[in-house]
Amino acid sequence: MPLLLFAALAFGLPAGTMVFGALTTPETVPGGARFTGANMSASLHGPYLTALLGSVKLSALSALIAAVIGLPVAHAVVTSRFRALRESVLAGAGVLANFGGVPLAFAFVATLGNAGVLTTRFHLLGHGWNLYGFWGLTLVYLYFLIPLMVLTLAPALEGLRRQWREAAHNNGASTFRYWMHVALPILMPSLLGGYVLLFGTAFSAYATAAAMVGSSVPLVTMQIADALSGNVLVGQDNVALALGVDMVLVAGLVMAVQVPLQRRSTRWLA
Amino acid sequence: MTDLLTDPESVRPTRAGSTVEFRGLRRAFGTTTALDGLDLEVRPGELLALLGPSGCGKTTALRTVAGFERPDTGEVLVDGEDITRVPAHRREAGMVFQSYSLFPHMTAIDNVAFGLRMNGTGKAARRARAAELLELVGLANHAARFPRQLSGGQQQRIALARALALRPRVLLLDEPLSALDAQVRLTLREEIRRLQQQLGITTLFVTHDQEEALSMADRVAVMRAGRLEQCAPPAELYERPATAFVANFVGVMSRIPARPGADGTTVGAFGRTLPVHGTLPGPVGTDGGSGEVDVLVRPEAIGVTADGDGTSQIVGATFLGATTRLTVRLAGGAEVMADVATHSTAGLPVGAKVTLTLPDRPVLVDRHSWGNGGRSGG
Ligand SMILES: Nc1ncnc2c1ncn2[C@@H]1O[C@H](COP(=O)(O)OP(=O)(O)O)[C@@H](O)[C@H]1O
Ligand SMILES: [Mg+2]
Repeated sequence: MPLLLFAALAFGLPAGTMVFGALTTPETVPGGARFTGANMSASLHGPYLTALLGSVKLSALSALIAAVIGLPVAHAVVTSRFRALRESVLAGAGVLANFGGVPLAFAFVATLGNAGVLTTRFHLLGHGWNLYGFWGLTLVYLYFLIPLMVLTLAPALEGLRRQWREAAHNNGASTFRYWMHVALPILMPSLLGGYVLLFGTAFSAYATAAAMVGSSVPLVTMQIADALSGNVLVGQDNVALALGVDMVLVAGLVMAVQVPLQRRSTRWLA
Repeated sequence: MTDLLTDPESVRPTRAGSTVEFRGLRRAFGTTTALDGLDLEVRPGELLALLGPSGCGKTTALRTVAGFERPDTGEVLVDGEDITRVPAHRREAGMVFQSYSLFPHMTAIDNVAFGLRMNGTGKAARRARAAELLELVGLANHAARFPRQLSGGQQQRIALARALALRPRVLLLDEPLSALDAQVRLTLREEIRRLQQQLGITTLFVTHDQEEALSMADRVAVMRAGRLEQCAPPAELYERPATAFVANFVGVMSRIPARPGADGTTVGAFGRTLPVHGTLPGPVGTDGGSGEVDVLVRPEAIGVTADGDGTSQIVGATFLGATTRLTVRLAGGAEVMADVATHSTAGLPVGAKVTLTLPDRPVLVDRHSWGNGGRSGG
């Protein structure tokens, strides 16, 4: 009961304020705060909608790539015979997973920006490379998403018993079929959970993108910042709140897809 | 406990029992030598137990048959055909692991049907056969359960059914009972044996439990440090162990301090000279070069007679049912176990002076052990 109360206060108050603000006009306008659908409507049109979709696309894609790369990397780490290597890679992943924000952006600008070390060394600009676009940002996100995925999957991979692989081979399964029929289904709950975690991390990331691309890649977090700071238009605070509600709705949508999948994939754990 | 299905015909392997042969198998892990030149032949349709202390290479030997381990040198032959280089998933050997080998995300029936799914058997056919196998191991009504909803014993039955599903040429069991309760272990021991005999499938059974090996196997292969020490039917192994190691590992042995004869073929004990079975052990470091030895005799082979002038004394008695195990202290202080028929113990109370006699046959001799001279065994 105290826990419920705490949760209600901790999450309910800000959420309530946000929803209330999103559905009302600012108190400063003539006539004071009134209920209105205008903020929500605005947040789902024009540049705001573009930014929201851009964020979803960037997050979904970078999380997917991170999962696809993270799984074999985590597997290689976990099955490594060298304990010291295993432990240092996992420790390093812990650091990298939290290495977002301005320093990361700076590191990438210095190496792969327009005047970056690698860019000039390999004449990447001539090959159409642009760090400050969608794919550049995806690459930067992968830098902390892959370590995050490795950290998430490592315990699950450690839980794969040698007997399962051997029993699969013993029953005529090749390595590929062992992965398809045994390992991946067993890992599925962790993969799904990891993907949602990565999606959420990318979706709500702000500092890295703000420091790197400014507004050249439209992202919802940056639109919120712009609306709040009055960079483009003043008096957009309530639209910012509406964008926040949009983000919560997207998160809810992701959960609505994930929860039944998760339940299906963990049926055998019940 | 559930009975096994009475009609095993339907799951009988199409081939009559296969042979398995280990030839000069060697396998080292770094500095550890797991197999040190193992030679062994398994006959068609027999259950052969691989018995030995932990770390002697039993599992490694089994895994070379399954294809999970490659020998450094030597080969494994099945039906005369060298399979050393055949990958594990084409070996036609069904394996049951010690524990937790069922796929946790599949129901019992899907576990059993897994191999059939891999070889492309249609859904209806594989479900029918899997159901048949579940019935064979007495778990037809547990088909829809997930492994974590099954007891340890039930999981091992499912694992057995899964191992048999593809009609393997050889059945490999790696201590399949060692993680189970004593009661379940006994039941399952009998069921595995009965099933194996009904199917006539050549079976390798790894265990470190001598009682398990003796009670189940047609022949028992005792391993020591990566080699075969002796391979014989249980009764022969018990009655005529080839070496002191086997004698100590299988059953209980009484150790009687003795003096080696000068010619190395006899030994003196209880005032008699007995021929030595095998060879006399030479003095080794810890002996201090005394050359003292122990004669190894089964407790039931030692005769005990009440004798007021005897130099030995009964110091303890344990009732074992039909027999009673007496602990007798010899003149020199060593204690020896002797089993006598319980009905004859009236004249042999604790404290009585007695004389011990040995049977008239060659005896095994081991280096003298400075323990209390009593029990030694696996
Ligand atoms: N994969 C491995 N890596 C290193 N050492 C191993 C490996 N497998 C077995 N060994 C070693 O080889 C020896 C024999 O092992 P094993 O065959 O498992 O013995 P058993 O089954 O008789 O207990 C042991 O000393 C064990 O530690
Ligand atoms: Mg073993």
